[in-house]
Amino acid sequence: MPGVLTAIADPTLRAAFREVLLRVADDELVIGHRHSEWTGFGPDIESDVAMSSIAQEELGHARVFYEQIADDEGLDIDRLAFGRTPGEYRHAALLERENGGWEFSIVRLVLYEAFETGRLRLLAASGQQPIAGLAETLTREERYHLLFAETWLTRLARGAAEGPGRVQRALDAAWPDALGLFETTPADALLVAQGVIASTPSAQRAAWEAAVRPSLEGCGLRLPSSGPREGGRRGVHTPAFDGLLDQMTEVWRSDPEARW
Amino acid sequence: MTRPGTGTVEGAVWDVLGTVEDPELPIAITDLGLVRDATVEDGRVVVRLVPTWIACPALGVIRTRIRTALLSVPGVREAVVEYTYDEPWTLDRMTPRGREQLAAHGLSVPQCRFAEPPVCPYCGSHDVAADSLFGPTLCRATYLCRHCHNPFERFKPPVEP
Repeated sequence: MPGVLTAIADPTLRAAFREVLLRVADDELVIGHRHSEWTGFGPDIESDVAMSSIAQEELGHARVFYEQIADDEGLDIDRLAFGRTPGEYRHAALLERENGGWEFSIVRLVLYEAFETGRLRLLAASGQQPIAGLAETLTREERYHLLFAETWLTRLARGAAEGPGRVQRALDAAWPDALGLFETTPADALLVAQGVIASTPSAQRAAWEAAVRPSLEGCGLRLPSSGPREGGRRGVHTPAFDGLLDQMTEVWRSDPEARW
Repeated sequence: MTRPGTGTVEGAVWDVLGTVEDPELPIAITDLGLVRDATVEDGRVVVRLVPTWIACPALGVIRTRIRTALLSVPGVREAVVEYTYDEPWTLDRMTPRGREQLAAHGLSVPQCRFAEPPVCPYCGSHDVAADSLFGPTLCRATYLCRHCHNPFERFKPPVEP
Protein backbone atom coordinates (compact mmCIF):
# COMPACT_ATOMS: atom_id res chain seq x y z
CA MET A 1 0.00 0.00 0.00
CA PRO A 2 1.63 3.32 -1.02
CA GLY A 3 1.90 5.64 1.94
CA VAL A 4 0.41 9.06 2.33
CA LEU A 5 3.77 10.79 1.95
CA THR A 6 4.85 9.01 -1.24
CA ALA A 7 1.56 10.12 -2.76
CA ILE A 8 2.51 13.79 -2.37
CA ALA A 9 4.71 14.63 -5.36
CA ASP A 10 5.95 18.08 -4.34
CA PRO A 11 8.89 17.63 -1.91
CA THR A 12 8.23 20.84 0.05
CA LEU A 13 4.59 19.92 0.54
CA ARG A 14 5.56 16.37 1.46
CA ALA A 15 7.98 17.67 4.09
CA ALA A 16 5.26 19.91 5.51
CA PHE A 17 2.82 17.02 5.82
CA ARG A 18 5.52 14.87 7.36
CA GLU A 19 5.98 17.60 9.96
CA VAL A 20 2.29 17.38 10.86
CA LEU A 21 2.40 13.57 11.13
CA LEU A 22 5.50 13.75 13.30
CA ARG A 23 3.80 16.24 15.63
CA VAL A 24 0.83 13.94 16.12
CA ALA A 25 3.09 10.96 16.76
CA ASP A 26 5.38 12.86 19.14
CA ASP A 27 2.45 14.37 21.07
CA GLU A 28 0.93 10.93 21.54
CA LEU A 29 4.22 9.25 22.44
CA VAL A 30 5.15 11.83 25.06
CA ILE A 31 1.72 12.14 26.69
CA GLY A 32 1.43 8.34 26.60
CA HIS A 33 4.62 8.04 28.62
CA ARG A 34 3.52 10.67 31.10
CA HIS A 35 0.15 8.92 31.58
CA SER A 36 1.91 5.59 32.05
CA GLU A 37 3.70 6.99 35.09
CA TRP A 38 0.37 6.67 36.91
CA THR A 39 0.37 2.90 36.50
CA GLY A 40 0.36 1.55 40.04
CA PHE A 41 -0.14 5.03 41.54
CA GLY A 42 -3.67 6.06 40.48
CA PRO A 43 -6.04 7.25 43.21
CA ASP A 44 -8.15 4.09 42.89
CA ILE A 45 -7.89 0.85 40.93
CA GLU A 46 -10.37 1.92 38.24
CA SER A 47 -8.55 5.19 37.57
CA ASP A 48 -5.23 3.42 37.60
CA VAL A 49 -6.47 0.98 34.93
CA ALA A 50 -8.12 3.82 32.99
CA MET A 51 -5.03 6.04 32.89
CA SER A 52 -2.89 3.04 31.97
CA SER A 53 -5.31 2.13 29.18
CA ILE A 54 -5.28 5.70 27.90
CA ALA A 55 -1.46 5.57 27.96
CA GLN A 56 -1.53 2.30 26.02
CA GLU A 57 -3.87 3.79 23.44
CA GLU A 58 -1.79 6.94 22.97
CA LEU A 59 1.37 4.89 22.44
CA GLY A 60 -0.52 2.73 19.93
CA HIS A 61 -1.69 5.86 18.12
CA ALA A 62 1.85 7.21 18.07
CA ARG A 63 3.00 3.93 16.53
CA VAL A 64 0.63 4.10 13.55
CA PHE A 65 1.65 7.68 12.78
CA TYR A 66 5.34 6.81 13.02
CA GLU A 67 4.63 3.85 10.73
CA GLN A 68 3.25 6.16 8.07
CA ILE A 69 6.53 8.07 8.01
CA ALA A 70 8.83 5.09 8.53
CA ASP A 71 7.21 2.96 5.79
CA ASP A 72 7.43 5.74 3.25
CA GLU A 73 11.04 6.55 4.01
CA GLY A 74 12.33 3.04 4.70
CA LEU A 75 13.18 3.92 8.30
CA ASP A 76 13.16 1.69 11.35
CA ILE A 77 10.13 2.70 13.41
CA ASP A 78 11.89 2.32 16.78
CA ARG A 79 14.76 4.47 15.59
CA LEU A 80 12.29 7.12 14.47
CA ALA A 81 10.46 7.00 17.80
CA PHE A 82 13.46 6.74 20.12
CA GLY A 83 16.60 7.59 18.16
CA ARG A 84 16.35 11.34 17.76
CA THR A 85 17.96 14.21 19.63
CA PRO A 86 15.61 16.30 21.83
CA GLY A 87 15.55 19.10 19.25
CA GLU A 88 14.17 16.74 16.62
CA TYR A 89 10.96 16.07 18.57
CA ARG A 90 7.94 18.16 17.63
CA HIS A 91 5.52 17.70 20.55
CA ALA A 92 4.16 20.65 22.50
CA ALA A 93 5.59 21.41 25.94
CA LEU A 94 2.25 20.69 27.66
CA LEU A 95 2.75 16.99 27.07
CA GLU A 96 6.25 16.73 28.54
CA ARG A 97 5.49 18.49 31.86
CA GLU A 98 5.84 16.30 34.89
CA ASN A 99 2.61 14.95 36.30
CA GLY A 100 2.87 16.45 39.76
CA GLY A 101 -0.56 15.82 41.23
CA TRP A 102 -3.47 13.86 39.79
CA GLU A 103 -5.31 17.14 39.24
CA PHE A 104 -2.65 18.36 36.82
CA SER A 105 -2.82 15.15 34.78
CA ILE A 106 -6.61 15.42 34.63
CA VAL A 107 -6.57 19.10 33.61
CA ARG A 108 -3.94 18.35 30.97
CA LEU A 109 -6.03 15.44 29.71
CA VAL A 110 -9.11 17.65 29.33
CA LEU A 111 -7.17 20.37 27.49
CA TYR A 112 -5.22 18.01 25.26
CA GLU A 113 -8.09 15.70 24.31
CA ALA A 114 -10.21 18.65 23.22
CA PHE A 115 -7.31 19.84 21.06
CA GLU A 116 -6.78 16.32 19.70
CA THR A 117 -10.44 16.03 18.71
CA GLY A 118 -10.18 19.18 16.59
CA ARG A 119 -6.91 18.10 15.00
CA LEU A 120 -8.25 14.66 14.11
CA ARG A 121 -11.33 16.23 12.52
CA LEU A 122 -9.09 18.35 10.30
CA LEU A 123 -7.00 15.32 9.30
CA ALA A 124 -10.14 13.27 8.68
CA ALA A 125 -11.38 15.99 6.33
CA SER A 126 -8.03 16.27 4.54
CA GLY A 127 -8.73 13.47 2.08
CA GLN A 128 -5.12 12.26 2.49
CA GLN A 129 -5.51 8.47 2.75
CA PRO A 130 -4.88 6.45 4.82
CA ILE A 131 -4.44 9.30 7.33
CA ALA A 132 -7.99 10.60 6.86
CA GLY A 133 -9.52 7.17 7.60
CA LEU A 134 -7.17 6.65 10.50
CA ALA A 135 -8.09 10.04 11.99
CA GLU A 136 -11.79 9.23 11.69
CA THR A 137 -11.22 5.94 13.52
CA LEU A 138 -9.15 7.57 16.26
CA THR A 139 -11.79 10.23 16.93
CA ARG A 140 -14.02 7.40 18.14
CA GLU A 141 -11.36 6.10 20.52
CA GLU A 142 -10.30 9.44 21.96
CA ARG A 143 -13.88 10.21 22.95
CA TYR A 144 -13.57 7.83 25.92
CA HIS A 145 -10.49 9.69 27.13
CA LEU A 146 -12.39 12.97 27.23
CA LEU A 147 -15.34 11.36 29.05
CA PHE A 148 -13.00 10.02 31.71
CA ALA A 149 -11.14 13.33 32.04
CA GLU A 150 -14.28 15.46 32.31
CA THR A 151 -15.82 13.17 34.93
CA TRP A 152 -12.71 13.48 37.09
CA LEU A 153 -12.41 17.22 36.50
CA THR A 154 -15.91 17.76 37.84
CA ARG A 155 -15.29 15.45 40.77
CA LEU A 156 -12.14 17.33 41.79
CA ALA A 157 -13.27 20.87 41.06
CA ARG A 158 -16.59 20.46 42.87
CA GLY A 159 -14.91 19.01 45.95
CA ALA A 160 -15.61 20.72 49.25
CA ALA A 161 -12.11 21.23 50.61
CA GLU A 162 -8.82 21.79 48.79
CA GLY A 163 -10.00 20.36 45.43
CA PRO A 164 -11.21 23.54 43.67
CA GLY A 165 -8.08 25.53 44.54
CA ARG A 166 -5.76 22.77 43.43
CA VAL A 167 -7.56 22.30 40.12
CA GLN A 168 -7.55 26.04 39.47
CA ARG A 169 -3.80 26.20 40.14
CA ALA A 170 -3.25 23.23 37.80
CA LEU A 171 -5.30 24.98 35.12
CA ASP A 172 -3.36 28.23 35.58
CA ALA A 173 -0.08 26.31 35.26
CA ALA A 174 -1.18 24.31 32.20
CA TRP A 175 -2.86 27.12 30.27
CA PRO A 176 0.14 28.79 28.53
CA ASP A 177 1.44 25.39 27.44
CA ALA A 178 -2.02 24.37 26.28
CA LEU A 179 -2.13 27.44 24.06
CA GLY A 180 1.30 26.34 22.83
CA LEU A 181 -0.43 23.31 21.24
CA PHE A 182 -1.60 25.76 18.57
CA GLU A 183 1.87 26.99 17.67
CA THR A 184 1.95 27.41 13.91
CA THR A 185 4.94 27.09 11.60
CA PRO A 186 5.47 27.80 7.87
CA ALA A 187 4.63 24.12 7.23
CA ASP A 188 1.04 24.79 8.36
CA ALA A 189 0.69 27.88 6.19
CA LEU A 190 1.90 25.89 3.17
CA LEU A 191 -0.52 23.00 3.78
CA VAL A 192 -3.43 25.42 4.04
CA ALA A 193 -2.33 27.41 0.98
CA GLN A 194 -2.12 24.20 -1.05
CA GLY A 195 -5.52 23.01 0.18
CA VAL A 196 -4.22 19.89 1.95
CA ILE A 197 -5.52 20.92 5.37
CA ALA A 198 -8.38 23.36 5.86
CA SER A 199 -6.96 25.38 8.71
CA THR A 200 -3.75 26.22 10.58
CA PRO A 201 -3.45 25.29 14.27
CA SER A 202 -3.63 28.96 15.33
CA ALA A 203 -6.96 29.32 13.52
CA GLN A 204 -8.27 26.37 15.57
CA ARG A 205 -7.63 27.96 18.93
CA ALA A 206 -10.94 29.82 19.23
CA ALA A 207 -12.94 26.66 18.50
CA TRP A 208 -10.93 24.79 21.12
CA GLU A 209 -11.55 27.48 23.72
CA ALA A 210 -15.26 27.33 22.94
CA ALA A 211 -15.10 23.55 23.42
CA VAL A 212 -13.28 23.52 26.77
CA ARG A 213 -14.94 26.60 28.28
CA PRO A 214 -18.25 24.92 29.24
CA SER A 215 -16.51 22.00 30.98
CA LEU A 216 -14.16 24.30 32.88
CA GLU A 217 -16.58 27.07 33.81
CA GLY A 218 -19.32 24.52 34.41
CA CYS A 219 -17.45 23.28 37.45
CA GLY A 220 -16.53 26.70 38.74
CA LEU A 221 -13.10 27.20 37.18
CA ARG A 222 -11.86 30.49 35.72
CA LEU A 223 -10.20 30.50 32.32
CA PRO A 224 -6.74 32.03 32.75
CA SER A 225 -5.88 35.12 30.71
CA SER A 226 -2.21 34.23 30.20
CA GLY A 227 -0.77 34.02 26.70
CA PRO A 228 0.83 31.06 24.93
CA ARG A 229 4.23 29.57 25.66
CA GLU A 230 5.52 28.14 22.39
CA GLY A 231 8.60 26.38 21.02
CA GLY A 232 7.73 22.67 21.01
CA ARG A 233 6.67 22.59 17.35
CA ARG A 234 10.13 23.93 16.46
CA GLY A 235 11.96 21.45 18.66
CA VAL A 236 12.50 23.75 21.64
CA HIS A 237 11.71 21.81 24.81
CA THR A 238 11.84 22.29 28.57
CA PRO A 239 14.29 20.49 30.89
CA ALA A 240 11.43 18.11 31.81
CA PHE A 241 11.79 16.49 28.40
CA ASP A 242 15.44 15.51 28.91
CA GLY A 243 14.59 13.24 31.82
CA LEU A 244 11.58 11.80 30.06
CA LEU A 245 13.51 11.08 26.87
CA ASP A 246 16.32 9.45 28.81
CA GLN A 247 13.94 7.17 30.61
CA MET A 248 11.71 6.25 27.69
CA THR A 249 14.62 5.42 25.38
CA GLU A 250 16.73 3.57 27.95
CA VAL A 251 15.86 0.06 26.82
CA TRP A 252 16.08 0.90 23.12
CA ARG A 253 19.47 2.60 23.56
CA SER A 254 20.88 -0.45 25.34
CA ASP A 255 20.78 -2.27 21.97
CA PRO A 256 19.32 -0.32 19.04
CA GLU A 257 19.74 -3.27 16.67
CA ALA A 258 17.81 -5.75 18.85
CA ARG A 259 14.83 -7.46 17.25
CA TRP A 260 11.83 -7.82 19.54
CA MET B 1 -19.06 -9.06 0.63
CA THR B 2 -19.64 -12.33 -1.20
CA ARG B 3 -17.60 -15.34 -0.32
CA PRO B 4 -16.39 -17.67 -3.04
CA GLY B 5 -17.58 -21.27 -3.12
CA THR B 6 -15.80 -24.32 -1.83
CA GLY B 7 -13.24 -26.10 -3.95
CA THR B 8 -11.39 -22.92 -4.90
CA VAL B 9 -8.28 -21.47 -3.25
CA GLU B 10 -10.43 -18.46 -2.31
CA GLY B 11 -12.90 -20.76 -0.57
CA ALA B 12 -10.10 -22.49 1.30
CA VAL B 13 -8.68 -19.10 2.32
CA TRP B 14 -12.01 -18.03 3.84
CA ASP B 15 -12.39 -21.42 5.55
CA VAL B 16 -9.02 -21.01 7.20
CA LEU B 17 -9.70 -17.37 8.17
CA GLY B 18 -12.75 -18.70 10.03
CA THR B 19 -10.47 -20.83 12.22
CA VAL B 20 -8.32 -17.94 13.45
CA GLU B 21 -9.38 -16.69 16.88
CA ASP B 22 -8.86 -13.31 18.48
CA PRO B 23 -6.37 -13.85 21.35
CA GLU B 24 -8.43 -11.71 23.73
CA LEU B 25 -11.92 -12.86 22.74
CA PRO B 26 -13.00 -16.47 22.17
CA ILE B 27 -14.41 -15.93 18.69
CA ALA B 28 -13.19 -16.20 15.12
CA ILE B 29 -11.87 -13.04 13.47
CA THR B 30 -14.48 -13.52 10.74
CA ASP B 31 -17.28 -13.44 13.36
CA LEU B 32 -15.74 -10.37 14.95
CA GLY B 33 -15.86 -8.69 11.53
CA LEU B 34 -12.16 -8.00 11.29
CA VAL B 35 -11.75 -9.18 7.70
CA ARG B 36 -12.55 -6.50 5.14
CA ASP B 37 -11.50 -8.49 2.08
CA ALA B 38 -9.23 -11.24 0.90
CA THR B 39 -7.88 -11.51 -2.61
CA VAL B 40 -5.95 -14.36 -4.18
CA GLU B 41 -3.83 -13.86 -7.25
CA ASP B 42 -1.43 -16.46 -8.51
CA GLY B 43 -0.94 -18.01 -5.07
CA ARG B 44 -0.47 -14.64 -3.37
CA VAL B 45 -3.13 -13.84 -0.75
CA VAL B 46 -3.72 -10.32 0.49
CA VAL B 47 -6.00 -10.02 3.52
CA ARG B 48 -7.10 -6.60 4.72
CA LEU B 49 -8.33 -6.23 8.27
CA VAL B 50 -10.36 -3.55 10.03
CA PRO B 51 -8.92 -3.15 13.56
CA THR B 52 -11.38 -2.80 16.44
CA TRP B 53 -8.96 -0.64 18.47
CA ILE B 54 -5.93 0.89 16.79
CA ALA B 55 -3.74 0.32 19.86
CA CYS B 56 -4.99 -3.22 20.54
CA PRO B 57 -1.91 -5.25 21.52
CA ALA B 58 -3.46 -8.32 19.88
CA LEU B 59 -3.17 -6.89 16.35
CA GLY B 60 0.34 -8.24 15.79
CA VAL B 61 -0.62 -11.67 17.15
CA ILE B 62 -3.65 -11.79 14.88
CA ARG B 63 -1.54 -10.88 11.87
CA THR B 64 0.95 -13.68 12.65
CA ARG B 65 -1.82 -16.22 13.27
CA ILE B 66 -3.46 -15.39 9.95
CA ARG B 67 -0.22 -15.58 7.98
CA THR B 68 0.65 -18.95 9.50
CA ALA B 69 -2.83 -20.32 8.84
CA LEU B 70 -2.89 -19.05 5.24
CA LEU B 71 0.50 -20.52 4.39
CA SER B 72 -0.88 -23.96 5.29
CA VAL B 73 -3.50 -23.69 2.53
CA PRO B 74 -2.55 -25.68 -0.59
CA GLY B 75 -1.97 -23.28 -3.47
CA VAL B 76 -0.96 -20.35 -1.23
CA ARG B 77 2.71 -19.43 -1.55
CA GLU B 78 2.65 -15.92 -0.11
CA ALA B 79 0.40 -14.28 2.47
CA VAL B 80 0.20 -10.54 3.12
CA VAL B 81 -1.89 -9.32 6.04
CA GLU B 82 -2.44 -5.61 6.46
CA TYR B 83 -4.66 -3.35 8.52
CA THR B 84 -6.79 -0.83 6.69
CA TYR B 85 -8.40 2.36 7.97
CA ASP B 86 -10.75 2.76 5.00
CA GLU B 87 -13.69 2.38 7.36
CA PRO B 88 -13.96 2.33 11.15
CA TRP B 89 -14.87 -0.92 12.85
CA THR B 90 -18.45 -0.88 14.17
CA LEU B 91 -20.72 -3.40 15.90
CA ASP B 92 -22.50 -3.95 12.57
CA ARG B 93 -19.47 -5.89 11.40
CA MET B 94 -20.06 -8.68 13.93
CA THR B 95 -22.01 -11.78 12.95
CA PRO B 96 -24.97 -13.04 15.05
CA ARG B 97 -22.85 -16.08 15.89
CA GLY B 98 -20.05 -13.83 17.12
CA ARG B 99 -22.46 -11.99 19.41
CA GLU B 100 -23.78 -15.28 20.79
CA GLN B 101 -20.28 -16.55 21.47
CA LEU B 102 -19.30 -13.38 23.34
CA ALA B 103 -22.53 -13.57 25.36
CA ALA B 104 -21.82 -17.25 26.16
CA HIS B 105 -18.39 -16.13 27.35
CA GLY B 106 -20.13 -13.87 29.89
CA LEU B 107 -19.67 -10.58 28.03
CA SER B 108 -22.57 -8.22 27.62
CA VAL B 109 -22.70 -7.09 23.97
CA PRO B 110 -24.52 -3.95 22.80
CA GLN B 111 -26.94 -4.62 19.94
CA CYS B 112 -25.93 -1.67 17.83
CA ARG B 113 -24.56 1.22 19.88
CA PHE B 114 -22.51 1.52 23.04
CA ALA B 115 -24.87 4.26 24.22
CA GLU B 116 -27.82 1.86 24.54
CA PRO B 117 -28.73 0.68 28.08
CA PRO B 118 -26.44 -2.15 29.25
CA VAL B 119 -27.94 -5.51 30.17
CA CYS B 120 -26.58 -7.81 32.88
CA PRO B 121 -25.44 -11.01 31.11
CA TYR B 122 -26.31 -13.11 34.20
CA CYS B 123 -29.86 -12.04 35.07
CA GLY B 124 -30.89 -9.85 32.14
CA SER B 125 -31.55 -6.83 34.35
CA HIS B 126 -31.17 -3.27 33.08
CA ASP B 127 -30.64 -2.10 36.66
CA VAL B 128 -26.88 -1.83 36.32
CA ALA B 129 -24.24 0.77 37.18
CA ALA B 130 -21.15 1.60 35.17
CA ASP B 131 -18.03 0.87 37.19
CA SER B 132 -15.34 1.90 34.71
CA LEU B 133 -15.18 2.63 30.99
CA PHE B 134 -11.71 1.09 31.03
CA GLY B 135 -11.69 -2.61 31.80
CA PRO B 136 -9.18 -5.46 31.58
CA THR B 137 -8.68 -4.94 27.83
CA LEU B 138 -9.14 -1.85 25.63
CA CYS B 139 -12.38 -3.33 24.27
CA ARG B 140 -14.16 -3.94 27.60
CA ALA B 141 -15.86 -1.74 30.18
CA THR B 142 -16.84 -2.95 33.68
CA TYR B 143 -20.27 -2.75 35.35
CA LEU B 144 -22.08 -3.86 38.47
CA CYS B 145 -25.56 -5.40 38.40
CA ARG B 146 -27.72 -3.92 41.15
CA HIS B 147 -30.26 -6.74 40.75
CA CYS B 148 -28.12 -9.90 41.04
CA HIS B 149 -25.07 -8.11 42.52
CA ASN B 150 -22.63 -9.57 40.00
CA PRO B 151 -19.86 -7.56 38.43
CA PHE B 152 -19.74 -8.00 34.65
CA GLU B 153 -17.88 -6.83 31.60
CA ARG B 154 -19.37 -5.27 28.50
CA PHE B 155 -17.89 -5.28 25.04
CA LYS B 156 -16.88 -1.68 24.32
CA PRO B 157 -16.68 -0.55 20.71
CA PRO B 158 -15.07 2.79 19.80
CA VAL B 159 -17.68 5.54 20.36
CA GLU B 160 -20.05 6.05 17.46
CA PRO B 161 -20.21 9.70 16.32
